[in-house]
Amino acid sequence: MKYLVLLIALSVSGVALADGGMDILQKRCVSCHDLSGPAAQSVQELWQRKGPDLFYAGSKYNAEWLEKWLVKPRRIRPAGHHSIQHIKPGDKRDMIDATTLRPHMALSPSDAEEVTEALMKLKATAEMMGTTVFKGGSISTSFGEMVFDKFNGCMACHEIEPGFGGLSGPEVYTAAKRYQADYLVSFITNPQAWNPKTPMPNKHVSAPNIQKIVQYLQALARENRDEKK
Amino acid sequence: MRKNKLFLTLFVSLLMLSSAAWPDDAEDNYKNYCWQCHGMTGDGMGLNVQDMSVQPRDHTSAKAMGGRSDADLFKVIKEGGLAIDKSVLMPPWRDSLSDDEIHDLVKYLRKLCQCS
Repeated sequence: MKYLVLLIALSVSGVALADGGMDILQKRCVSCHDLSGPAAQSVQELWQRKGPDLFYAGSKYNAEWLEKWLVKPRRIRPAGHHSIQHIKPGDKRDMIDATTLRPHMALSPSDAEEVTEALMKLKATAEMMGTTVFKGGSISTSFGEMVFDKFNGCMACHEIEPGFGGLSGPEVYTAAKRYQADYLVSFITNPQAWNPKTPMPNKHVSAPNIQKIVQYLQALARENRDEKK
Repeated sequence: MRKNKLFLTLFVSLLMLSSAAWPDDAEDNYKNYCWQCHGMTGDGMGLNVQDMSVQPRDHTSAKAMGGRSDADLFKVIKEGGLAIDKSVLMPPWRDSLSDDEIHDLVKYLRKLCQCS
């Protein structure tokens, strides 16, 4: 009998925990993040979304990283979620208008745990994921940089270390910490399956080179370049 | 009869809303995809240029743009820089833009450079 009561209590608290995370998301996050999909179908609609879509968060993020980030958020996209909304003309080139950037709210450790648990239940569809997965393996950062930058030009929009690379896209030196490897393979293979209006082009990188790029992102993450900022 | 027409219009509109991504106008597409490298004014001095090995083309320059045919511009937007023996940094946008949207962008580029 005691065990039955304990089991019921645990089940109830488990449900409460899961509901708590979704409750927080609905109350505090939904004004900037889409939790139910689909992705924006026009660029105007895209620009109205202030933060990344979360309706497939459980197929995208690494839970451990996500929970830590929610407690201590830091900027991942140097020019904000939509760079076009945070730039101004400069003397030599367009510059980031830092006055328009807002910090992401920080959650308490317990809220972050609940929110992460709720987010990890939001999964992408099979159409979004596609059929390709990460096959493992490793690569040196020097060879990886050749594939990433010289062969495919990805550094045009992404920083490979703090202060080096393009500014319109998210930094990639922490990408493998943030994202699941299968998501990275899938997104690079077909970005428009995830977000039809993303400014990330489908560069039709060969399947073997996509594996090498994800290996490179993992090698970059192991160097902890974000901690040397 | 008028009621039926109204319902039909609403039905078609709903179908359109639930279909694949909508076409966008050239100005919005230029802003969404091209600003990041070619710049807010199209002068080739976008946010990303600082560490680029090849500078993006100045779309406001009649000299830089005048030598390119509409067919070349269409091809480079659709298939990327390598398709016309130019830089890999210019990506192919065929998965983001329809042919009609690319034709509209070519017209938009002609307005920016004020050239043909």
